[in-house]
Amino acid sequence: MDRFISKLLFIAACSSIAILALIALFIFKEGVPIIIRSGLGHFLFGRIWSPLEGQFGILPFIIGSLWVTAGALILGVPLGVACAVFLAEFAPARLAAVLKPAIELLAGIPSVVYGFLGVMWLAPIIRVHLGGPGLSILAASCVLAIMILPTIVGVSIDAIHAVPRSYKEGSLALGATEWQTAWRVILPAARSGILAGVILGMGRAVGETMAVIMISGNATQIPHSILDSVRTLTANIAIEMGYAVGDHREALFATGIVLFFFIMALNTVALRVARRRF
Amino acid sequence: MTARMKNKIEILDLSVRFGDAVALQGVTLNIAENEILSIIGPANSGKSTLLMAINRMIERVTNATVEGSVLLGGQDVAAIRDVQELRRRIGMVYAMPIPLPMSIRDNILFGPRLVRRLRKSASDDLVEQTLVASYLWDEVKDRLDSSAVKLSGGQQQRLCIARTLAVGPEVIMFDEPCSGLDPISTAKVEEAMKELKARHTLILVTNNTKQAARVGDRTAFLLMGKLIEVDDTNKIFTAPGDKRTEDYVTGKFG
Repeated sequence: MDRFISKLLFIAACSSIAILALIALFIFKEGVPIIIRSGLGHFLFGRIWSPLEGQFGILPFIIGSLWVTAGALILGVPLGVACAVFLAEFAPARLAAVLKPAIELLAGIPSVVYGFLGVMWLAPIIRVHLGGPGLSILAASCVLAIMILPTIVGVSIDAIHAVPRSYKEGSLALGATEWQTAWRVILPAARSGILAGVILGMGRAVGETMAVIMISGNATQIPHSILDSVRTLTANIAIEMGYAVGDHREALFATGIVLFFFIMALNTVALRVARRRF
Repeated sequence: MTARMKNKIEILDLSVRFGDAVALQGVTLNIAENEILSIIGPANSGKSTLLMAINRMIERVTNATVEGSVLLGGQDVAAIRDVQELRRRIGMVYAMPIPLPMSIRDNILFGPRLVRRLRKSASDDLVEQTLVASYLWDEVKDRLDSSAVKLSGGQQQRLCIARTLAVGPEVIMFDEPCSGLDPISTAKVEEAMKELKARHTLILVTNNTKQAARVGDRTAFLLMGKLIEVDDTNKIFTAPGDKRTEDYVTGKFG
């Protein structure tokens, strides 16, 4: 019986890995030829995306993804970590018991709702007060920052709770204030866990598609300011997949390959940093 | 004790309750400058509560109420507005020696850096001086920048003593500092305590009556939140005034 079950689990494990491998293989098979034909350099660093003329340069989208993700992290990480420190260390237990689930509930809102809110409310504000088209890097970053908050807050709170109480007592006994203790002892001790939360949030920001399509404007040019509209790698696939054929279709798969490496690289770097424990 | 010694800490009619549970009941006790006072007593006798009342860590317990007063050098600790200052004046070494997750050097400099910037030479001096005083210098002088978490238990406890010293406390309280240590480490910690007496006032809470006998100048015996008696250590262990003290130190209960 045991042997049977372990065989079954083995088959399950193999098939899930095989499915992932096949998907990766398929994406590569569809996307690699166009990269070879137009040259990797031209594909990655080409500034012009014009499928009708056979120009497939995705640099604007790479830059778009980088900007939007960086913006989301710049806005979302300080807010999320501060919120986690407050809830885990300073807030009365009863308040924290209400607020933590409330923030986690934010994760349950579908991204299209975030996008809709951004288009209807945030973009006009930016257009009127800061200029530009409104649908922009700034707007997308703001919306994504809110979307990654639940992940960062939730994981960070768990990381802070995992810090031994004795660190806190020791620090207080040495004459540190609660705030000094949080900043100099608890946050550094929880660093790797918090970073894990940031990685997860970053993954979500890079991969997010729907809200970004709605709010970022989707221009295929390289942006010059955070008020310009951009198109991200994910948005590029989603927008054009409906009518892409031939080379164009392959170029979208190739965009997927870039996205694939993009996320893998980000995760690897971030995990390295996270694992650098004291 | 002799009358000519100056009192460093005076505890006047101190009572502590946690909710409805009484933890300390009308304790009056003086601790003289440059003495080691051992506090012994069975579990739940209020020893740790007494320490928490002295450095006001008890304020972090939400349902605790404190009556009576604790004077440090004649000044009511409750009237010290800056509780951080109080905790710099009264150092604390815990039962579980847990260094902060930093290097040995940074552990020692953590406290001083909270209040002032240190020059490199001044901080090097401070690190050496406190590690020598805590009998740890020879073992770690070549790896001050390595992680404090990798030290052995006994070394960690001595590091915790060093980091407490670095803040420059007048009083140091030890809450069962050797409960998790082997005999050799225990001996080193006790040696350090005896040396520290020259410049500090020490309070040693211990479950180990032999340790109290070895280290303490005077010994106080607490039982169920009450101070049963306090006297010269020799007297407590040879001719105690109270039957319950005798039973406890001879191991008949507790």
